[in-house]
Amino acid sequence: MTVALSATEITAKIEAEFPGSIAEASNNSIVVESEFLLPVASFLKTTPELDFNYLSYITAVDYQNYFEVVYHLVSLEHNQSLLMRVRCTARDNPTVPSVVSLWRGADFQEREIYDLMGISFTGHPNLKRIFLWDGFQGHPLRKDFKQQ
Amino acid sequence: MTLKTETFVLNAGPQHPSTHGVFRMLFTLDGEVIQDVEPILGYLHRGIEKLAEGLNYTQDIVFTDRLDYLASMTNNQAYVMAVEKLVGIQVPERAEYLRVIMAELMRIASHLMAVGFLLNDLGAFMTPLLYMFREREKILDLFDMVCGQRLTYNYMRIGGLSHDIPEEFLPALKKFIDSLPGFIAEYDQLLAENEIMLIRTKNVGILPRESAINCSAAGPVLRGSGVKWDVRKANPYSIYDRFNFEVPIGTVGDVYDRYRVRIEEMKQSTRIIKQAIEQLPQGEIQAKVPRVLRPPKGEAYGYIEGPKGELGFYLVSDGSANPYRLHIRPPSLINLTALRDLLIGVKIADAMAIFGSIDICVGEVDR
Repeated sequence: MTVALSATEITAKIEAEFPGSIAEASNNSIVVESEFLLPVASFLKTTPELDFNYLSYITAVDYQNYFEVVYHLVSLEHNQSLLMRVRCTARDNPTVPSVVSLWRGADFQEREIYDLMGISFTGHPNLKRIFLWDGFQGHPLRKDFKQQ
Repeated sequence: MTLKTETFVLNAGPQHPSTHGVFRMLFTLDGEVIQDVEPILGYLHRGIEKLAEGLNYTQDIVFTDRLDYLASMTNNQAYVMAVEKLVGIQVPERAEYLRVIMAELMRIASHLMAVGFLLNDLGAFMTPLLYMFREREKILDLFDMVCGQRLTYNYMRIGGLSHDIPEEFLPALKKFIDSLPGFIAEYDQLLAENEIMLIRTKNVGILPRESAINCSAAGPVLRGSGVKWDVRKANPYSIYDRFNFEVPIGTVGDVYDRYRVRIEEMKQSTRIIKQAIEQLPQGEIQAKVPRVLRPPKGEAYGYIEGPKGELGFYLVSDGSANPYRLHIRPPSLINLTALRDLLIGVKIADAMAIFGSIDICVGEVDR
């Protein structure tokens, strides 16, 4: 069985390395402060006993007072998983660092989130709309999007 | 005197016999060598994730049929599993066995299409594909028997199934399962011993193990590159821990290995179905579920090993009858990440063979 790692144990390990990087930890998920996203992600990927070498998927949810980007990390070697989240409160131009440099599997998925949810990923090599056309107004997966 | 050379752009698709749906690629070519490729997506985007927010949990099953339409059963299964996880529903044993039988039949049907279309892309136009269609037809007849549909089944329901199997189903299934290994062996012999097929697939489109993992590839693409990762073994959902089966993997990660993995997986699926028929218990096929389902606030991720890779549904509930957010993990889209790696530096003639070996379904890429 894929073991979902306990968030409290992982938090202790990450906090020891990057103090103040974890905003919240509950059950099997951690909420990372946006400015610490890349160092924490890199730590999770490269630490041998964690070894989260596989990014299963990324998604984003609009909770109206903030956006949440969810990363589902898996270690194929140890068969364990972890949910990592980042939140951003800005509605005008929410930005999150891109993780394409660590997991290239994020490429199309970050473009999809940019297209449909309107979150920009800084450092993405080719950030543009993926499904909708360039002149499209708005981001359909946002809760305040008006459907025609 | 030096000759001036320049690259040129070649457009393939969205209407193209080898792009498996409305899919477009822009190649930048230097002579016949690919320098860059850009997939252009969205021609089949229907906004299913957004539409799903406007309907209730049961109604959303219909949308899942229209993702990867060559594997609707497994789409149904992943979605209802996510809802069952969210609500905490225990599915009756008989329903679990029937789900496994349907899912494995679906895997065989999808792999038959993958192999058939790969050969189509290689230039063996239509003849091998029609043989694959012949076998797939029998599977569609079986599905027709249980739910009256041949493509969009809508067979799995939250907590169970829409119908129990009719009397004639098991004899027909046994007959099919007994005949299938012979057919697979015959096709495999015709194809895997064919000189042209070997030259065009061996050592073509090599995806190294590390790249496959880094690109989040899944399913036969990941296993073809030698990674022994199958959700049915890694995280046995449903009742997969009760069956004996192997996880075939490739060694080189080329087009041939991905083909081989699919052929071997069909054999393993037959093994699973045989065991499931033997163990199939009597009993209920549907758990008691309220007509209008209001899951508690929270989130759940239900995922399975679909024919094309890890297929998952991430659901967020706000306590109402409609999902607050439904995200689909589409193996077809994510497997395409590796396409650029695979195609750069390759001759244009091999592009379609490599593309075909990834086996995408545009319904799932664009959603």
